[in-house]
Amino acid sequence: MSWIRVLLSRCSVFFRRRQLDADLDEELRAHIELAIEEHRAHGMTEPQACTAALRAFGGVTQVRESYRVQRGLPWLEETVRDIRFAFRKLLHSPGFAPTAILTLAVGIGANVVVFSVLNGIMLRPLNVPQPNNLVQIAGEGSRGDSQSYPDYRDYQDRNQSFTGILAYKIIHVGIEIDKSVFQSWGNAASGNYFDVLGLQPALGRFFHASDEHGLASAPYIVLSYDFWQHHLAASPHILGKVVFLNQHPLTIIGVAPQNFHGTDYFLWPDYWIPAVNAQQVTGWDDFDWRGHREFTLLGRLKPGITQQQASQNMDAIARQMAKQYPDDQGLTLTTRKPGPAGNSDDPIKKALLGMTLLAFLVLLAACANLASIFAARAADRSSELAIRLAIGSSRWAVARQLLTEAILVSLGGGIVGTFFARLLLGVLSHWRSGDFPNQFLIAPDERVYVVAIVLSIGSGIVFALLPAWQVWNTDVVQAIKSNYVAAGSFRRFAMRDALLLIQVAVCTLLVTSSLVTVRGMIQRLRAPLGISTKGVTLAQVDLQMAGIPDAQSRLTQKRLLDTAAAIPGVTAAATSDFAPFLGIWGWTVYSWDTTQFVPANAAFGAITYSVSRGYFQVAGTRLESGRDFTPDDKPGSPTVAIVNETFARRLFGTTRVVGKRFKLFDPVRLEIIGVVEDGKYSDPGEDPQPAIFIAYAQGIGPYLVSGPVTVLVCSHLPPDQIADALHRSLSQVVTTAPFSILTWSDAIDRSMVPARTATIVLGVMGLIAAMLAVTGLFGMASYSVSKRMKEQGIRMALGAQRIQVMRSTLNRPILILIIGACVGLIGGLLATRLLAHLISFPSTSDPLLLACVALVMMMLGLIATWIPARRAISIDPARLLRES
Amino acid sequence: VPESRSDVLQGTLDLMMPKTLESMGPLHGYGIARRTEQESENTVSLNQGTIYQALLRLEQRAWVKAEWGTSETGRRAKFYSLTRSGRKQIAQETENWERVATNMARFLAPSN
Repeated sequence: MSWIRVLLSRCSVFFRRRQLDADLDEELRAHIELAIEEHRAHGMTEPQACTAALRAFGGVTQVRESYRVQRGLPWLEETVRDIRFAFRKLLHSPGFAPTAILTLAVGIGANVVVFSVLNGIMLRPLNVPQPNNLVQIAGEGSRGDSQSYPDYRDYQDRNQSFTGILAYKIIHVGIEIDKSVFQSWGNAASGNYFDVLGLQPALGRFFHASDEHGLASAPYIVLSYDFWQHHLAASPHILGKVVFLNQHPLTIIGVAPQNFHGTDYFLWPDYWIPAVNAQQVTGWDDFDWRGHREFTLLGRLKPGITQQQASQNMDAIARQMAKQYPDDQGLTLTTRKPGPAGNSDDPIKKALLGMTLLAFLVLLAACANLASIFAARAADRSSELAIRLAIGSSRWAVARQLLTEAILVSLGGGIVGTFFARLLLGVLSHWRSGDFPNQFLIAPDERVYVVAIVLSIGSGIVFALLPAWQVWNTDVVQAIKSNYVAAGSFRRFAMRDALLLIQVAVCTLLVTSSLVTVRGMIQRLRAPLGISTKGVTLAQVDLQMAGIPDAQSRLTQKRLLDTAAAIPGVTAAATSDFAPFLGIWGWTVYSWDTTQFVPANAAFGAITYSVSRGYFQVAGTRLESGRDFTPDDKPGSPTVAIVNETFARRLFGTTRVVGKRFKLFDPVRLEIIGVVEDGKYSDPGEDPQPAIFIAYAQGIGPYLVSGPVTVLVCSHLPPDQIADALHRSLSQVVTTAPFSILTWSDAIDRSMVPARTATIVLGVMGLIAAMLAVTGLFGMASYSVSKRMKEQGIRMALGAQRIQVMRSTLNRPILILIIGACVGLIGGLLATRLLAHLISFPSTSDPLLLACVALVMMMLGLIATWIPARRAISIDPARLLRES
Repeated sequence: VPESRSDVLQGTLDLMMPKTLESMGPLHGYGIARRTEQESENTVSLNQGTIYQALLRLEQRAWVKAEWGTSETGRRAKFYSLTRSGRKQIAQETENWERVATNMARFLAPSN
């Protein structure tokens, strides 16, 4: 352990160096004087004694130096000296440090934000014991992630790879606690859910596989910790209490641990109920309908089984089942990491990777910027550096000094950038899109900070490499003699030019790709919606939530419609189950001659709305041909549908389809009575979707269960007033479930948030890139020009024309600008194609736009060179020559 | 250069100086240097300055401790003395040296 003692002693010295130096000096002096005394006592003269003493002692300076090395931590002391010197240097140029720090703060901040989001969504494992052997079991490729409950039970019975497989799905239902009803999001989960995850309850107990004895056999509910805190005041006496989900009683049996937020990455469920009771609550046949794929499956791998073996095992089971059950035709299975990280098609993952790339490019541009400024500074200091080299400083010491300065600046930038990134992340993590209680754990954790530090130091090293390399190659004699490093600037292609080239190229790339993307997105957002939202207010209620039986749902819908139409100021009213941009539902479409309703025979999936008469007038959707629903379209009469143009074209290849027929599932046969214009249904940027409108009065076969009803009213009254009136009168019709009331344009705005966010992020990155480009270009160009001032002065003194001087000054920068802009354009086009693929927007490679970007970049560069060039020729040659 | 005088190995100094302190009691740097030279009967050539680094090394390992005091001629000087752990170390180091020396002697002995 003696090395620890030595290290401690060395460290402790660090803070009392001055005192110890004085002590050492005194000790050495005492030594020599004692020696002199002794020599004199032996009869030497004073000078003789002195010489003898010094000779016996050896070199005082060397002794002192080796003593110091032994005493302290020399590298630490050197580093501290370097840092102090760097601070002094930076304080001497008050313009440089803040500019550099801000530039880097932008670059590093952007990266920290993007990485935090990436970390929170993709890299963070689920918060359960041993998350690493938990895998998701999902269909391959386009087969979708979700599985049906009967299939799940078969997987559970047949597999040899998992100690257990759990299944869960998200449910959105009304919950009633102590007579107050509100909407909530929860999970319906298989009985073994908590056991497979390996969790222990914070209170009470969980439900288990042994609680399940068939349909509706386990009326239990486990609350999330947060829900328990917020809605039940964290009371320990809630066990055994009964709450109502869509009016169905469930008994609270436990509370989940505090840090467990379910197994989804975006939704934190309020509670978990056994899947055997989900059908009772939601009214949907979840439990034994093999074709109804709604469940997400996670499996715990057996010890010693690899994920690949599990995939093979599950795929073999899928093949068996595909032969066995018609509903499972074409079933494939694989295993992968849970969440967006494992899904190669996940749009969020793609968008994040795209943004990571952009953020990294921004940092690269910032580094190129700083490298050029730094190199310029080092070159201006070449005489100082040369003197240091000449008086015996090692090249490494001088290069290390520059490196210290750079890292100091970059750490400053990193700190500022991380600070702002934290602020931004705080805002982002509280962002909610509408009613959906999405949660992001994107607060920076230690991994993010490590990345921030690595990025800071890394970028510091990157932009200090060039000046350090210059110092390494400095010819001391030349540098001292001519006052600046002549060798570099007259070479045919200097390092500086390469930097300018990189800078122009990267910035053009960033500006091009962000401009093209932003343009694509704006185009997308401006696409016609196929509805007219002006003056339309929506009031949505879920009759299932309200506990209204299926048989009475039609009656309730009619009462809601009549009540809404009777409100003074309402000019028209209609209902639908869902409305575009407010919920969505769909059915699989089969052609008329289908007899086997299996996936292989399906035509496509279509969005389906179940609407009342007059819906198209209220929604402002144009009927292109045929007729609207009439009172004659009632139960018992032939079932009819109105379809949109995309539907008509995809099923029949034409829009003249009135009178043609198709099927949804076995008993449901529909005859087309009208065709309406295309519209957007869930996302303003979506591709044209096929849509079916059926008469609410007729229902869809036996599946007219009581579900959501959206009342659409048209009015000239202010939205607040109409919302109040709607709330007052409709709440008297349906008393047991909450209404959500909002204007249609608000609903659309809400659905545009992700696209807008992406547009803003890209726009901001483009703007940052442009700013970096401008400052970098100005800095670099004016530096290049100022370096040649003396040369130009001589040329003018010798009688060169202004125009000649100008030409020779501008020649090279312009060449570089053109090459850089071209390289950047090509890169930008490639990047845009990649982004279009990642964020899915119509890729419009717009030559005019690209030309504009290139032109603007070149103009900026030109102005940046022109201004210092003008300064160069307007200066008096005599004065210029005299000064230098 | 006379053949008999050899350069001092670092490790040698680390044992010689504590040994000197053990026999002489507290001493200042010059005293230690002189004493070491005398004891080795001038067979070791010593740049007296180098002992300070060696003394510091011993101090860092806490074998010796240093205090300011006054020399016999009335000069202020730093006096070094052996600590308890220093004493223990001497015994152990001596043993080490003896073993090495015996081994070397055996190795260098003319073989028959």
